[in-house]
Amino acid sequence: MSAVRGFLIFLYDFVVGDDWRMSVAVIVGLAVTWGLAAQGLNLWWLLPIFVAVGLGISLRRARAAARRLPPT
Amino acid sequence: MNASGWALVLSTFLASAVETVEAFTIVLAVGITRGWRSTMLGALAALGALAVLVLVFGPALLTVPIDVLQLVVGALLLIFGLQWLRKAILRASGLKAIHDEVAIFAKEAAEARELPPSDPRAFDAYAFSLSFKGVFLEGLEVVFIVLTFGAIHGSIPLAAVGAAAAVVVVLIAGLIVRAPLSRVPENTLKFIVGVMLTAFGLFWGVEGAGVSWPGNDAALPVIVLVTAAAALGATVALKRRPVHEHDGATA
Repeated sequence: MSAVRGFLIFLYDFVVGDDWRMSVAVIVGLAVTWGLAAQGLNLWWLLPIFVAVGLGISLRRARAAARRLPPT
Repeated sequence: MNASGWALVLSTFLASAVETVEAFTIVLAVGITRGWRSTMLGALAALGALAVLVLVFGPALLTVPIDVLQLVVGALLLIFGLQWLRKAILRASGLKAIHDEVAIFAKEAAEARELPPSDPRAFDAYAFSLSFKGVFLEGLEVVFIVLTFGAIHGSIPLAAVGAAAAVVVVLIAGLIVRAPLSRVPENTLKFIVGVMLTAFGLFWGVEGAGVSWPGNDAALPVIVLVTAAAALGATVALKRRPVHEHDGATA
C-alpha cells in the first residue's frame, strides 16, 4: 500500500509539480474549449487565455511567497 | 525533414541535454568518491530501464487515435511545459535559486564520503543505487517528452535520436572537462524547452478539442513566438520589482 501511495505521490509531483493551479487552468481551459467546440464554436484563443491567467496567478503567488521570507 | 521534425529533434535534444547535465553531476560525484565500477553499472542499468520504457510505451501510444492523442498529449505537455517555464521564469528573474551543479556535486560527494569506503573489486550497492536513481529520475522527464512529442509526430525514433544525441554530446563534454558542467546555461535551455512544450501543448490541445487554429499548421511558429514573448515579458516584469533573495531551492 505504501508503495502505491509513494508511486501516486511521485506521479503527482512528476506531472503536476509545484503549483496545481496551473494544471487546473489547463484542464478547465481544455474542457471549456472542447465543450464549446461541440456546440460549433471555434474559440482557438480560449485555451491560451486560461494558460496565461493560470501562469500569471502562479507567478504572482511565487513572488508574494518570496516577499514573505526574511532577507538573507 | 520538415520544420516540425526539426522542432521535435531540437526540443528533445535540449530537454535531454539539461537532464543529462544534472544526471552527469550525480554520477560524477558518486564515481569519484565511491569508485566507477558500480556507479557505471547503475547508470547503464538506468539507461536500459529508460530505453525499455520507450520501447514498451512507444508502440502502444502509436495505436491511439490521433484526436484523442492530441487532446491528452496536448494537456500533458501543457501541464508539464508550464512547470518548466514557471521554474525558468522564477530563476531568470531571481526569485528562485539557479541550479548550481558545483554545489550539487559537492553535496553528493560529501554524502557519499560519509559512508565507509567500499572494496573496489566488490559490488557497491550504495553507488549503484544512487547512480541508478539519479540517471533514471532525470531521464524520466526526457522519456516523457520523447514519447509524447514522438507519438504525436508519428516518429518516436526521431524524438529518441534527438535525446540520445544530447546524451552523447554531454558525455563527451563531461569526459573532456572531468568536472561538473557548470558552464552549461541550464536555465536558458530550460526556458527554451518550457516555451516549446507549452507552445506545442497549446497547439495540440486546441486541435484535440476539435478547434482549428487560424492558418492551421502555420499557426505553430506564431504560438512559439508569442509564448516566448509572454515568458520573457513575465521575467522582465518580475525583475523590475525585485524582492530579496530567497528560497534556495534547486530542484
